[in-house]
Amino acid sequence: MARVTISEKYCTVNPLKMSPSIGAALAFLGVDNSMPLLHGSQGCTSFGLVLFVRHFREAIPMQTTAMSEVATVLGGFDNLEQALVNIAGRTKPALIGICTTGISEIKGDDMAGFLKLIRANHPELDGIALVDVSTPDFQGAFQDGWAAAVTRMVEELIEIPQFETRLSRRINVLPGCHITPGDIDELRDIFEAFSLDPIFLPDLSGSLDGHIPTEFTPTSLGGISVEQIRRMSSACWTVAIGEQMRGAAITLEHHTGVPYKLFGRLTGLAPCDELMGFLSEISGVPVPKKYRRQRSQLIDAMLDGHFYFGGKRVAIAAEPDLLFATSHWLHEMGCKIQVAVTTAESPVLETVPVDEVLLGDLEDLELRSVGADLIVTHSHGRQAAERLQIPFYRIGIPVFDRLGAGQQVSVGYRGTRNLIFEVGNLIMANAHEPTPETWIPKQQQSHDLVTLQ
Amino acid sequence: MSSLGSKVQQVLNEPGCATNQAKPSFDRKKGCNRMLAPGAAAGGCAFDGAKIALQPITDVVHLIHGPINCEGHSWDGRGAKSSGSSLYRTSFTTAMTEQDIIFGGEKHLYKAIKEAVRKYNPPAVFVYQTCVPAMIGDDLEAVCKAAAKKLGKPVIPVNVPGFVGSKNLGNKLAGEALLDYVIGTEEPVETTPYDINIIGEYNLSGELWQVKPLLDELGIRILACISGDATYHEVARSHRARAAMMVCSKAMINVARKMEERYAIPYFEGSFYGIGDMSDALRRIAQLLVDRGAPAELLGRTEAVIEREEASAWERIAPFKARLAGKRALLFTGGVKSWSVVAAMQEAGLTVIGTSVKKSTPDDKERIKAIMKDDAHMFDDLKPREMYKMLKEARADIMLSGGRTQFVALKAKMPWLDINQERHHAYAGYEGMVALVSEIDKALSNPIWEQIRKPAPWESSIARDEFSIHVA
Repeated sequence: MARVTISEKYCTVNPLKMSPSIGAALAFLGVDNSMPLLHGSQGCTSFGLVLFVRHFREAIPMQTTAMSEVATVLGGFDNLEQALVNIAGRTKPALIGICTTGISEIKGDDMAGFLKLIRANHPELDGIALVDVSTPDFQGAFQDGWAAAVTRMVEELIEIPQFETRLSRRINVLPGCHITPGDIDELRDIFEAFSLDPIFLPDLSGSLDGHIPTEFTPTSLGGISVEQIRRMSSACWTVAIGEQMRGAAITLEHHTGVPYKLFGRLTGLAPCDELMGFLSEISGVPVPKKYRRQRSQLIDAMLDGHFYFGGKRVAIAAEPDLLFATSHWLHEMGCKIQVAVTTAESPVLETVPVDEVLLGDLEDLELRSVGADLIVTHSHGRQAAERLQIPFYRIGIPVFDRLGAGQQVSVGYRGTRNLIFEVGNLIMANAHEPTPETWIPKQQQSHDLVTLQ
Repeated sequence: MSSLGSKVQQVLNEPGCATNQAKPSFDRKKGCNRMLAPGAAAGGCAFDGAKIALQPITDVVHLIHGPINCEGHSWDGRGAKSSGSSLYRTSFTTAMTEQDIIFGGEKHLYKAIKEAVRKYNPPAVFVYQTCVPAMIGDDLEAVCKAAAKKLGKPVIPVNVPGFVGSKNLGNKLAGEALLDYVIGTEEPVETTPYDINIIGEYNLSGELWQVKPLLDELGIRILACISGDATYHEVARSHRARAAMMVCSKAMINVARKMEERYAIPYFEGSFYGIGDMSDALRRIAQLLVDRGAPAELLGRTEAVIEREEASAWERIAPFKARLAGKRALLFTGGVKSWSVVAAMQEAGLTVIGTSVKKSTPDDKERIKAIMKDDAHMFDDLKPREMYKMLKEARADIMLSGGRTQFVALKAKMPWLDINQERHHAYAGYEGMVALVSEIDKALSNPIWEQIRKPAPWESSIARDEFSIHVA
């Protein structure tokens, strides 16, 4: 049982955390033909937009209500109205996802009221889904914003049919924000191998997987359609991935009666076994040969890899669900988690295999990483890793100094196997060759140095 | 807030800005702060602009007072390079929480400044105000003043809540902070008749270092670059320079003009982009220094260096001519940079079929017309959709632009080169122009283009024929 403590610093140094506003914006980007809109000043949008561009290496549709000082004092109604009308006129999206920021939250803009009035005054917005979500950037972190946006989409968009018509193969999947476009593709293959028909909310694999569209489009390039979201009530099951999605899954069940099953993680042998068992049970299809073989390959990779992982000390910093998945997997490979840093509260933190989980920043990570064999966090860990000369594996968002961040796969037997290879190779590459001094005790070495001088 | 309001007014009505002075008096007061259109806006806020302008000062703590939106997404994101300290790449923020909003963030800020100073012992701390603390009334100046007194270190308030305006305004407000709190607060150990300031150069990708060797060779000393690769003390002592160059972008024109007013440092506006521009810049630096009393022989030595470097650059560009002849380039960048690179591209055999003039002055536009002659297509604002169409129809062979339009080109399977601030290559000075031409050649001649434009095997043979006619 890990203790969860909060860093007692006044000055955050090298932040790990990102804001819920852009977490929510990313969730909206998993809907086809959508446009996230941050209700705040221009910078709120532009900083997040640049971050996503660098991570995904894709154009990112994202707009701002461009609040000025005066508008902030008077209230954001006019700016929100203008923004919605402008977006509707210029890009004709199917959905506009409106995320608040510190500015609009402190001012206390009544979003529901605003939207009702704007709808009434603007028939040109008919046919465009408008979903607002409260994401003050002084509360919670990225994954909280993502989860809140999904819950709001469930609340606002799903239609409850008068007569229940369930599609026997239809499964709703609610992936957390740590599930990459590549992960979603992998999961879709797995579900389909059981003759199931999964739809993902949000589905970044359609929009930010990196593909060449045939036409120019100013909104998201793909993803789940608003129409598909409306019909999520017709699924037999909802599968939620990551504790962050529990709220959305419960809301979905509450609205539609579709039962849910939550997987805390899908990285590692046991969680994958659990998924296979579950899918086989609900589909009535025995686990396909392909996955039996993949399981065997994963076990072989664990055998080959455990020599390099065993006893290695790992420093890890990530959002709660990603920390949970990655630290358990590393622990299961024989690593010792030397330090775990995260961004926000979550029920999973207590179960992380470490004495203490710290809500802190990358300075906290760096100070506690001395002597570690591996640092695991997002790209901003690069300076710490360089200073400490420790091998560095990048996970989460942002990863801006490596190619293919959106296609990094860590779920399923195959994803776990590849993760073993990638991280194992990194550890291997840093193995120290023995020298004549290797077995001389440290004290004597320094003594020798002194006498030499 | 009222003092910030008057500061904004004053900065917007900048007498040194030719663009603004050309406007009717009523518009002049509004400066370049155009109204942002909600839902149709692009670009950063004033805070963003201030950080861009000051963050290249390498050895100080840059502390952002605000919630995580302001600093959490953007730190260590720009390519300003340092020859010394790397403290500027460490991110400091108060990461305000609900507690701060309810009880006020001043004490939190004070303690954060104290903590940062204790741990990192910088020569100074720059503290940036953002929207949320401005809304709840945190008095930035007062906290900084108290902290400076208590800690015995300069603590500089940079009052730039994002919602006061655009990035450009933020650049200027950052300049005001330097003028009010930093420049002239220390004395240099020694001065020479060859001391200059370079204002508005951020050493992105190390561009200052493409120019500096030539200045070194001429014996010209950069007393301070504001703010690329600068230390705090250099900026504080910059008021003893003999002359200054304001680098193309007008971002810090207020700094150049006020330093002339206060310390009689004459300045000129120049650019390091383009061979002709680089030579002009060297000439004018030398001339200004000689006017201020440096020995006149500097002029002759400068001409000799210019002659040698120009010849060498053209010689190195010449081999590309045959390879690039007839290739058509589309240029999308702000302001002065447009015409200053066109000349080099033409010299390399390229035809510039269009350029943006969104941020250009009427003067810039005239120059573009003169350089490009009949070919001149000037776009005030080309929508991404139109841009995509132009590229898709292969009316250009390569696009040079900023990151914002990168994917418009790439998704149209069109070579693209980053010439904006986030770029990874350095294009300043003579070296830079040779590098630019070489990068254009690299982009155009990459073997991927031919491969990725071929139809997929499942596309019909008729479609395949049409496609090959189209790209031929």
